[in-house]
Amino acid sequence: MQRIGVFVCWCGSNIAGTVDVHTVAEALKSEPGVVFSTDYQYMCSQAGQDIIKNAIKEHNLTGIVVCSCSPRMHEATFRKTAAAAGINPYMVEIANIREQCSWVHKDMQTGTEKAIILGKAAVAKVNLNTPLTPGESPVTKRALVIGGGIAGIQTALDIADAGFPVDIVETKPTIGGKMAQLDKTFPTLDCAACILTPKMVDVAQNENIRIFSYSEVQEIKGFVGNFDVTIKKRARFVKEEICTGCGACVEKCPMKKIPNEFNLGMDNRHAIYIPFAQAVPKVATIDPNACNMLKKGKCGICSKVCSAGAIDYTQKDEFISEKYGAIVVATGFNPISMEKFDEYAYSQSKDVITSLEFERLTNAAGPTAGKLLRPSDLKHPHTIVFVQCVGSRCAACAEKGKEYCSKICCMYTAKHAMLVRDKYPDTEVYVFYIDVRTPGKNFDEFYRRAVEEYGVKYVKGMVGKVTPEGDKLKVQASDLIANKQLHIDADLVVLAAAIEPDKSARPLATMLTASMDTNDFFTEAHPKLRPVESPTAGVFLSGACQGPKDIPETVSQASAAASKVIGLLVKDKLTGNPCVASPNELMCNGCSTCERVCPYGAITYEDKEFMMPDRSKAIRRVAQVNPAVCQGCGACTVACMSGAMDLRGFMGSQIIAEVDAICK
Amino acid sequence: MQVNEYKPLIVAFCCNWCSYAGADLAGNNRLAYPADVKIIRVPCSCRVNPMFILRAFQRGADGVIICGCHPGDCHYTSGNYYTRRRMALLFSMLDYLGIERERTRLEWVSAAEGAKFAATMNDFVEKVTALGENKRLEDLRCKR
Amino acid sequence: MQKITRDVLVNKAVSLLEAGEVKAVLGWGKGEFSYDVTPTVFESADELRENFVWNDFCGANFSKYLVSKTRKIQGKILVFLKPCDTYSFNQLLTEHRFDREKVYAVGVPCEGMADIAKVKALAGDGISAIDFTDAGLVVTTLYDDEPKTITYADALAERCVNCKSKKHVAYDELLGESGEVLESARFDEVEKIEAMTADERFAFWQGELSRCIRCNACRDVCPACTCEKCVFDNPNSGAENKAPATSFEEQMFHIIRAFHVAGRCTDCGECSRVCPQNIPLHLLNRKFIRDIDNFYGEYQAGAEVGSRAPLVDYNLDDLEASDVFDRRDTE
Repeated sequence: MQRIGVFVCWCGSNIAGTVDVHTVAEALKSEPGVVFSTDYQYMCSQAGQDIIKNAIKEHNLTGIVVCSCSPRMHEATFRKTAAAAGINPYMVEIANIREQCSWVHKDMQTGTEKAIILGKAAVAKVNLNTPLTPGESPVTKRALVIGGGIAGIQTALDIADAGFPVDIVETKPTIGGKMAQLDKTFPTLDCAACILTPKMVDVAQNENIRIFSYSEVQEIKGFVGNFDVTIKKRARFVKEEICTGCGACVEKCPMKKIPNEFNLGMDNRHAIYIPFAQAVPKVATIDPNACNMLKKGKCGICSKVCSAGAIDYTQKDEFISEKYGAIVVATGFNPISMEKFDEYAYSQSKDVITSLEFERLTNAAGPTAGKLLRPSDLKHPHTIVFVQCVGSRCAACAEKGKEYCSKICCMYTAKHAMLVRDKYPDTEVYVFYIDVRTPGKNFDEFYRRAVEEYGVKYVKGMVGKVTPEGDKLKVQASDLIANKQLHIDADLVVLAAAIEPDKSARPLATMLTASMDTNDFFTEAHPKLRPVESPTAGVFLSGACQGPKDIPETVSQASAAASKVIGLLVKDKLTGNPCVASPNELMCNGCSTCERVCPYGAITYEDKEFMMPDRSKAIRRVAQVNPAVCQGCGACTVACMSGAMDLRGFMGSQIIAEVDAICK
Repeated sequence: MQVNEYKPLIVAFCCNWCSYAGADLAGNNRLAYPADVKIIRVPCSCRVNPMFILRAFQRGADGVIICGCHPGDCHYTSGNYYTRRRMALLFSMLDYLGIERERTRLEWVSAAEGAKFAATMNDFVEKVTALGENKRLEDLRCKR
Repeated sequence: MQKITRDVLVNKAVSLLEAGEVKAVLGWGKGEFSYDVTPTVFESADELRENFVWNDFCGANFSKYLVSKTRKIQGKILVFLKPCDTYSFNQLLTEHRFDREKVYAVGVPCEGMADIAKVKALAGDGISAIDFTDAGLVVTTLYDDEPKTITYADALAERCVNCKSKKHVAYDELLGESGEVLESARFDEVEKIEAMTADERFAFWQGELSRCIRCNACRDVCPACTCEKCVFDNPNSGAENKAPATSFEEQMFHIIRAFHVAGRCTDCGECSRVCPQNIPLHLLNRKFIRDIDNFYGEYQAGAEVGSRAPLVDYNLDDLEASDVFDRRDTE
């Protein structure tokens, strides 16, 4: 049986003006478990807290009820008071008789009656309270960044600068991501390589950073502070630590008709290759699907020409296990497939390209060495049509496009159009758009310059059809402002393809038990207030895996995620919230219902042996809650049919006791 | 003073992060609502078990209202979405059994909506008062 | 009359049992009366030949028994499943309630089962024998000299009149043929009640539920009610409370039970079959099923293993609780 003390606060006249505090204190004296009850002018004052402390000692109290202002004001205060007097801080309940009683009711009688009822409910709850202790778990001071694009690079650099080791896992043979493929960046037009490659070098040279390129995450176990991750390092058939990246092997490789992924298939690479000159790590990789030595056991030229002796045809996939305290997801995006967009003749004509392909065409390191030549006949195009929102903002075409705005296309199209007009003033450039969206620092000015200074022809309206005819592309479009149909004979058509999360994101989310939206973008813990954290504790989001983003936004989010990771890794121990769910294993059905509603992935299952009612033994599947991950929402407690799952601090029996006290 | 004036008993389950704070804000702004409303604090509206609601009715409550964060604003990201489904189905079932539908309500009240909290409670109390005492849930099994 | 014969079932069970592929057979066994078929665990060929029953009173759904039997019996259990039973079977698998590896499921076709209450209403009490002929059930009673013939259609249980599926959604082996998912009028009764005024609805349910004797048969037979410990038996749940008629448990039992199985109930109809008071409990479950279909899109529990039940799922644009009524009022 509890020994409960009740402390009714006057809050000056704030409470005492509408509630007869003496009557409340008197009335609560006769409640079950109450052995002491008093009132005082300001319970939160030092003197008031001393009254509580003294009463706890003098009357051997096991729990206390403070009838005062909202628990949102002083629950923490009174918990500390209780702890100082030697009782568990979670043995304190607050009856909110100020904000929810004296301040909203006018007459003394109703106010007093209600205050007594609220006090009774709190007493009824305290009677069922149990001491709670927050759990502690250690923190592994190492972070994992999944994805080596600009988002992952920035996050890794920031974490490493704070002194923590970081591993980057990148599926491609090099880090750099999409930004490495870009030519210039809006709105400043500095070259992407000039600002990105120094950062890539920083990553390579940073003592705290390890790069696992050509690798993927195989398995993730554990929870915040204590993730166990298995990384699969795919065999690249080149000893990474020996290869100098001299490129002699590439030059001599006889298999040279392999579509080059880095240039989006617009030119060819060899079976052994280095994706681009500034690749990090700068080591060669053998494509096992193209190499004759690996496929047929014939050739071996690269091995012969490699003076360092780095080629190893027998290399196997390697599995690395490592512990991490935090994981950052930076898996980025891809343009969606254009195959279903027949109206733009993407599959029929080489001269219909995506914007990313256009980036490669204008890039000095690209397939045309930066000369704007159209892919089919390598002639200079004189009329270029840019089509905006291909697959974006496309609620009606959900089976091939996306409902959302891809955000970056308006700006990069303005950039493309401007660059074309700048380098080749003889070229006519049309941009077809639904809306031009330019929120961002210096963005609208940039777009205005494209229109006003560079003479890009912006047409509000969509392109209906592109038909290849001879060496021209017949573009049929509508001009909604002039309200007329347009027919343009174009040489090149550039499609601003919608972007979507990388395909690796979905299986990764499953491994992380991190939630995703219907478009496979990772969900943030709170859309406004916790934008770089996943609801799963210890998992952070960086870049376009969370939603479409341009480079400046990506970098800010990357640094924000890093700061959150650093905030986690500086801690030696994580102290949890003790008000978490806990299952009664004897009643648990192991049905997985609770697991399905848990937004944090805090629930797992274990097979355990139990003594059954007839004394036989049986193995049963039962739920386990990880208190370091559970946030205490209680969704599982209601989903649980048997009532095996309960929430500490808000137990079913406690809430029912409150209901009963109120309804008595 | 009227002696026999009917006073309903209303139980309000409020989520700690939004609606409970909204109720506090109503207090800060001295926005009055009837004292018949008694608030029980829960961490999230999804902690409200239909059993609590039925228990309240059985013990003599005349109306039960559940308040949570607006959809999309849940402190725990998804709790209120589960609440919405659970309560939609429960309320529909109670209606099917012939229980007056005005006795149960689910409202979204944010921490900034003190005025909405007070207005909601005033409206709810008014509707339940008009219905009078809750007999049906107590009587469902006992034919008179 | 069932198209597949008892012999086919018995032979299958005997051969698997004798080959040692299964250790036990879960099937219908002889009860006190010919219509009184009892779920039985057979462990020998002789028992099977002697006591196995297959007729129009084999309504019992064995899925639930697998939860306890797979724990007790070492080795595989053969279980006979009618099409509607297979949905419960899948639902239990979705909830990890038994080990699939320990079960050998044999699907049997079903022509619909007879309702003994209907038979008694037509033939009278004191049934001493029932023969299953092509013309129908030939019922002999203690009080009539001449046996009465009742057509199968007249004797068909309500849940079979409104059969939702003749398709087996789970089995290791099928005897006979599997059918299709059917269009049924199973929600007509629910709609009729919905169309009543609130007062009429209350009177209807008061009339039905006031007959409840809290025997717990509906819960005990329900394949969705497999909790290790039921909240109604748990003193700490706040729902447990035996006896007095004014207590929470007595009044709220059926609402809470229906809510607990909402989204998980496959509409097998066992609750109504076993109710000794003939309370149409399936009308509570069907109300939830219909609401779920209407509010969140059609969902059949148990149609596939691993599907996400509607109550543990959500859409951002789900309808609001208040719209439930607006929607109905404007219909």
